[in-house]
Amino acid sequence: MLAYVVRRLLYAIPILIGVNLLTFLLFFVVNTPDDMARMQLGIKRVTPEAIAHWKAERGYDKPLLYNRNAEGAARVTNTIFFEKSVKLFAFEFGRADDGRDIGNEIRTRMGPSLAIAVPTFVLGLFVTVSFALLLAFFRATYLDFWGVVLCVAMMSISSLFYIIGGQYLVSKVWHLVPISGYAGGLDAMRFLLLPVLIGVAAGIGSSTRWYRTIFLEEIGKDYVRTARAKGLSELAVLFRHVLKNALIPILTGVVVVIPLLFMGSLLTESFFGIPGLGSYTIDAINAQDFAVVRAMVFIGSVLYIAGLLLTDLSYTLVDPRVRLQ
Amino acid sequence: MTPVLLWTDALVFLLVACGIASGIYISRREYLLASWHRVGESRAGMASLTLLVAFVVVGLIDSLHYRPRLEAASGQPGGYSGEVRSLLDVLLQPLRDGTEKTYSAPLAAHLYARETVELPDGSQARVFPRLKHGGAHLADVEAEWGRDVTLRTLRGAALAVLAGLTFVALAVLFAARRWGTGWQAAWRRIRRGETRFAWHAALAALGMLLLLAGPALSLAGGYHVLGTDKVGQDVLYLTLKSIRTGLVIGTLTTLVMLPFAVALGLVAGYVGGWVDDLIQYLYTTLNSIPGVLLIAAAVLMVQVAIDMHPDWFATAAQRADARLLALCLILGVTSWTGLCRLLRAETLKLRELEYVQAAQAFGASAARILGRHILPNVMHIVLISVVMDFSGLVLAEAVLSYIGIGVDPSTISFGTMINTARLELAREPVVWWSLLAAFVFMFVLVLAANLFADAVRDAFDPRLAGSRRSLPGKMA
Repeated sequence: MLAYVVRRLLYAIPILIGVNLLTFLLFFVVNTPDDMARMQLGIKRVTPEAIAHWKAERGYDKPLLYNRNAEGAARVTNTIFFEKSVKLFAFEFGRADDGRDIGNEIRTRMGPSLAIAVPTFVLGLFVTVSFALLLAFFRATYLDFWGVVLCVAMMSISSLFYIIGGQYLVSKVWHLVPISGYAGGLDAMRFLLLPVLIGVAAGIGSSTRWYRTIFLEEIGKDYVRTARAKGLSELAVLFRHVLKNALIPILTGVVVVIPLLFMGSLLTESFFGIPGLGSYTIDAINAQDFAVVRAMVFIGSVLYIAGLLLTDLSYTLVDPRVRLQ
Repeated sequence: MTPVLLWTDALVFLLVACGIASGIYISRREYLLASWHRVGESRAGMASLTLLVAFVVVGLIDSLHYRPRLEAASGQPGGYSGEVRSLLDVLLQPLRDGTEKTYSAPLAAHLYARETVELPDGSQARVFPRLKHGGAHLADVEAEWGRDVTLRTLRGAALAVLAGLTFVALAVLFAARRWGTGWQAAWRRIRRGETRFAWHAALAALGMLLLLAGPALSLAGGYHVLGTDKVGQDVLYLTLKSIRTGLVIGTLTTLVMLPFAVALGLVAGYVGGWVDDLIQYLYTTLNSIPGVLLIAAAVLMVQVAIDMHPDWFATAAQRADARLLALCLILGVTSWTGLCRLLRAETLKLRELEYVQAAQAFGASAARILGRHILPNVMHIVLISVVMDFSGLVLAEAVLSYIGIGVDPSTISFGTMINTARLELAREPVVWWSLLAAFVFMFVLVLAANLFADAVRDAFDPRLAGSRRSLPGKMA
């Protein structure tokens, strides 16, 4: 088990290096720092001095890969590649354009992001699995049919509509919760309620349909027939046999996103003005703050790889047939 | 005028050509046709296909671009306008030119905001001024408006019914000839759904479409059916123009990613060894970057490149089009991994089958085996994932445009419409129509795509072949 985990962690290294190289290519080679400086300072009225100042401020005035003017190890370390890309591995993200430390910013913004993402995830999973079980229980009836129709309709609605419509109806017309904002402590409940509910509602359509398919596939198997032949009630079959076995495919899709919950939700956070990592990313994209975008890309891939590892480990917990070696 | 072939236009027409070619190819092969027949047998499939065809027709008309000739000044050679228009713009000329000053509600004859006007006696008053185009033909709005709107609606509905009846009559006459029965018998069979294909569903969808489009077109002659937006553009015009952008993103992205996904997936599965490792490494790496961030990073870079080189493009439309194409490319690069993995797994399975071993024993080359023996047997996976991806891509466009990494702000799309309209809900009184129009059109397009995708999956997925459940009543 431990050996397996270690080996998987070693596998992650080339992937992270790949991600790193890709972002390096995207941000520094496809468009040079000069292009970015000109873009940020405005295309028309820009002087070479302003560009040089902009680059020096951010440490982009070094050579890309190899510094001829430096001595010894500094030939490799005193370059953009080492300063901006390699240091990501040590989780040193440098400074954003507004001068704040990105690592520090990420730590403070993680809280609000999790406060919204975790309840959405847990509640969403509970609601969709229950709804899917209900449809599977009433399979091939009109309830099932109209349930699926509802799911298809719900997944055809843009997530923007859920947010905008929910905000308009609940906050503006009914005045139940504030439209946007955030506060620490228990007071946060007021602000989190609506985004969580909207997040759950937006996910119901596609997840329910997906889980229903999984349940129906399990229900068609032989062991279920055996369980019924033993005289078990349909409910007992569903909960004790089908649910347990259907957990395996459900886990594949679910566990992998758990680490990514840290990243928060781009849309929800920006619409509700929640100071989390999602709105941080959006602000960075809009302000074209490349340092922040680069840091988020790296963190995102680290979390995704962690999710893959967790998925494999969770298999051993739910499926005794799976042995990791 | 001079025709303009934008990059996306060229690819759209290439796609249409591919579609027609594969249609001809399939229609000559009984075993390929069988699955498509199953799509035709599904009511939801036929009804959604009818709607999709309507959307595609609008999108294609909007893909024929030209630049109008400028009025030549005396003695000088006439140039061409820098503005690129499409055939749809010509058809919707009155809607396009009928811009107002600012917001107006659907079917309104007055602006939505009060304005200070000078009365003939010199005093000033705050009134809702009349629109320049919407309801301009009415002399006395309060007395005539209701009657005029009703009359126009009825006229449009009557035309729609007439058109619908013509379609039904043509279908019945065609069917009667084909089956050699009387038209009454043919009509009965179509109405009861006793035909092989669910023609009654297609006709019903067409009828609904006509009933909505007829009155809308008839009213559009004198009013802004869906109101106007902040700068006074007709919302109906904007939504119709958005259709092309949505379709382009949904289809071209797939077209871009297919060669990657298919080639790499098949090669990884068939060749194995270090090639397989390399390809797996490639897609795991790409997959591990959160999609939105990769798209954001790439779009930012494309934008820098486009802004740095204004000389690349002759017109603003071409620049916007380049950005749209770039978005499709980027979405394609980020979305091929899923299909690639599926194809690799399927090829791994197929590689061990007897018929592939037989081909190997005959000395067929790897390329020939992949092309002749494996590719045709994974095409159903490709097709299913193409139609399933479409609706997701249309929805993604709106979200990306909101984040600011979608299409060019000057491109009319559902995303840009929602983005400019979403702040209007905070106004008092609320301006809801442009937001709702964009959402409803997008919903119908995505719903039709989803239903069609389901029908295609049910027809093509061999795993479902044995388990086609017969559900009670009309659900079968």
